Amino acid sequence: MSLAFRVEKRDQGSALFRSLTIIASVLVALFVAGFLLLAAGVNPAAAYLEILREALGSTYGISETLVKATPLIITGLAVSVAFRMQIWNIGAEGQIYMGACGATGVALFSGLEAPLMLPAMFAAAFLAGGLWASVAGLLRARWQVNEVIVTLLMNYIAILLADYLIYGPWKNPDGYNFPLTAQFVDAARLSEYFNTRLHSGFFLALFCALAVYLLMERTIWGYQIKAIGSNPAAARYAGMKTGLAIFLVLALSGAIAGIAGFSEVAGLQHRLQHGLSPGYGYTAIIIAWLARRSALGVIIVSLLMGVLLVGGDSLQLSWQLPVAFAYAFQGLILFFLLAGDFFINFRLRRVKEDADA
Amino acid sequence: MPDLLQLTHIRKTFPGVIALDDVSFSIRAGEIHTLLGENGAGKSTLMNVLTGFYAPDSGGLQLDGQPVRFASPRDSLALGIGMVHQHFMLVPAHSVLENIMIALQGVPLLFSRRQQRARIEQTIEEFGLDLDLNAPVWKLSIGAQQWIELIKLLLRDCRLLILDEPTAVLTPQEAAKLFQVLLRLKQQGKCIIFISHKMREVMEISDRVTILKKGRSVTTLEKGEFDQKKLAGLMIGGDRIPEWQKSLPFSEEIVLEIENLSVRNDRGLADLDNFSLRLQKGEILGIAGNGQKALAEALTGLTRVESGRVLAAGEDITRSCARSSYIAGIAHIPEDRKAIGIVPDLSLDENLILKNFRAKCFRNGVFQSRSAIRDNAEEKIGQFAIKAGPPGSPVRLLSGGNIQKVIIARELSEQPAVLVALYPTRGLDIGSAEYVHKVIADGASNGMSTILISEDLDELYKICDRIAVIFRGRLIGYADPTSSSRAEIGLMMSGEVSA
Repeated sequence: MSLAFRVEKRDQGSALFRSLTIIASVLVALFVAGFLLLAAGVNPAAAYLEILREALGSTYGISETLVKATPLIITGLAVSVAFRMQIWNIGAEGQIYMGACGATGVALFSGLEAPLMLPAMFAAAFLAGGLWASVAGLLRARWQVNEVIVTLLMNYIAILLADYLIYGPWKNPDGYNFPLTAQFVDAARLSEYFNTRLHSGFFLALFCALAVYLLMERTIWGYQIKAIGSNPAAARYAGMKTGLAIFLVLALSGAIAGIAGFSEVAGLQHRLQHGLSPGYGYTAIIIAWLARRSALGVIIVSLLMGVLLVGGDSLQLSWQLPVAFAYAFQGLILFFLLAGDFFINFRLRRVKEDADA
Repeated sequence: MPDLLQLTHIRKTFPGVIALDDVSFSIRAGEIHTLLGENGAGKSTLMNVLTGFYAPDSGGLQLDGQPVRFASPRDSLALGIGMVHQHFMLVPAHSVLENIMIALQGVPLLFSRRQQRARIEQTIEEFGLDLDLNAPVWKLSIGAQQWIELIKLLLRDCRLLILDEPTAVLTPQEAAKLFQVLLRLKQQGKCIIFISHKMREVMEISDRVTILKKGRSVTTLEKGEFDQKKLAGLMIGGDRIPEWQKSLPFSEEIVLEIENLSVRNDRGLADLDNFSLRLQKGEILGIAGNGQKALAEALTGLTRVESGRVLAAGEDITRSCARSSYIAGIAHIPEDRKAIGIVPDLSLDENLILKNFRAKCFRNGVFQSRSAIRDNAEEKIGQFAIKAGPPGSPVRLLSGGNIQKVIIARELSEQPAVLVALYPTRGLDIGSAEYVHKVIADGASNGMSTILISEDLDELYKICDRIAVIFRGRLIGYADPTSSSRAEIGLMMSGEVSA
């Protein structure tokens, strides 16, 4: 008797089934990663406990996880808005930097007072990120230039532009020549909680998720974004202005990513510095992809990533595991989540040898 | 000698659907065997089983008396079963030659282009086809593209050719040519499985007819045993056909006037040349001849107008985009349903408001009113007898006939003054097609004027008040279906006579 299998399409699975698949994928990834840990001479169970304890076992751990998740949630939302229209914004990384530059500029040079300072920084970040992305939007809408290339390449420009400001005109004159701007005044800082690094940026991220949910699922704009994403020809035929929509959606996506830049400088770093984002903009692409359609999904996936980032750091300290392990671990989880996606959409069925059966 | 191909008790299910319940029939060498059935009777699934796309759940195939199993389309092709799909499998940017070469077997890694070319040209000549091997496929007419698909199969020495509604997209002349080629192939001993909804073709060409209904093979009839009435009766079974009547004489009021309209196509040729037309209130005006499509696109704002004017109720709407045309009262049933008629991933409810989603009743400010959208969908589902899936499921899962109903329901929901319908019954079964005709006729009696564009003269004869005939982009004249014969219209379509 042979073991032949056939792949079949499956009905849309239930929400419960989808959630179970995701949980199962994570468990399988943990299992496989266990072998890597064994090879490195570390007891996997102990390591996993360590990750959980570090990331979720204390007020400090939880706060750090939320701190890491904050920029991921915001940029994940930014990227997913564009994805819904089949527009691939690979430039969230650069848009974070531009947002951070905008916010920093206001914080350092506007001289505004407390109630106005933060809103002004927010607006500057929103505009800077949005304008930066709208370059790609204009090129795409007007001349069909591929937005993947443009947004990706503009990342390098944005990061170097930020470096230029940090190393050049915006360098702190009293900073012993370190490549840092001056620290923000208190009026330009988001409030912190529980004596940890957790700042109001996290609540801003949750608010963004709610806003994106309402935009996509409840408004006529979201309706147009979804219609254009699914069938641009039909949308055009129904009288939607697809070019304008592409431009606006890319600008909005960049503006949301800019908010992440604001949240990072105003909530966490309190200055503009080199290496502001360790690739949040790229991780956001993966997050948006895994979360697919839902803003809630972006929050959940981002929190999971936060746990991994915080827990992975601690593994380096406790067992001197190389930093590569944390990446391998992330990679495995992503790999099995994607494989789990396959089982949501398809089922394997045993092929019976006996044709009459 | 056993039959070439024998199917016994084929059954195929999909999650939640029995596509094929119990299908048995056989195909003899050298016959043209027609499969007849309504939309959803299982014809497409059956063809996918024959060509190895799907494996049946149970039941068997026998080729030359030997049981066979196809694990993939490659297996069935290797045994000489080939199919011309409704949607062609061609690379539009490549030349005809390149498209044919893709399909060739046994071409060495470094091949002589000239040798292969000679081989292809020989086949083209043998059947007297008119095909430029160097032309890119996207420039060719649909008919010519179909020849490519056919030649691909002939070069692979297929014994059994399956043609899925091959004439649906052809002009009458192209269809006649196709039938000549099919008869020729039959003489050479090839078998042909022919799928069509057009009864006249079925009568003309079939040696045998097998009728499918709800996933079961009802019966197989030999030539001489069947006539149009009998086939239609078997196909429909006990299903109810909607009844309708032609409307009363229409009024003299002119709702749409086209003056000296010229439209050029991608190749810079004139699709419409100084074309003029008048549409009266409550009239169903059929359009026959080349240039139909350009006319529809110009009317609905999808194509740029070179010169001339379109007046709706006296207002110039020539240069407005699709939306403002719609507001001016022109509804449109597009030719390609899936490409521009629907948004496949959105739900039925959302597709029904695609054109008027900005209407006040469907929103509160910028927020959509879900309950209003749902109520609208329920009303339309009832009114147009749409077989909807579970609420919220994407509209692409519906059958072709139901998708067409969704489009019609949406387009007619605003009580348009003018409807431009392109091939509205193409690919629909008798019941659904009658339904579409009923909707158009009912609209006419309520004062809606329809421009009906169809390549099916039978359809034009049946429903139209007048038929406008185009030749080389110009209006040749109007024919009255009650007094003009088919031959007269045929002559007008070839530019010979002006009525």
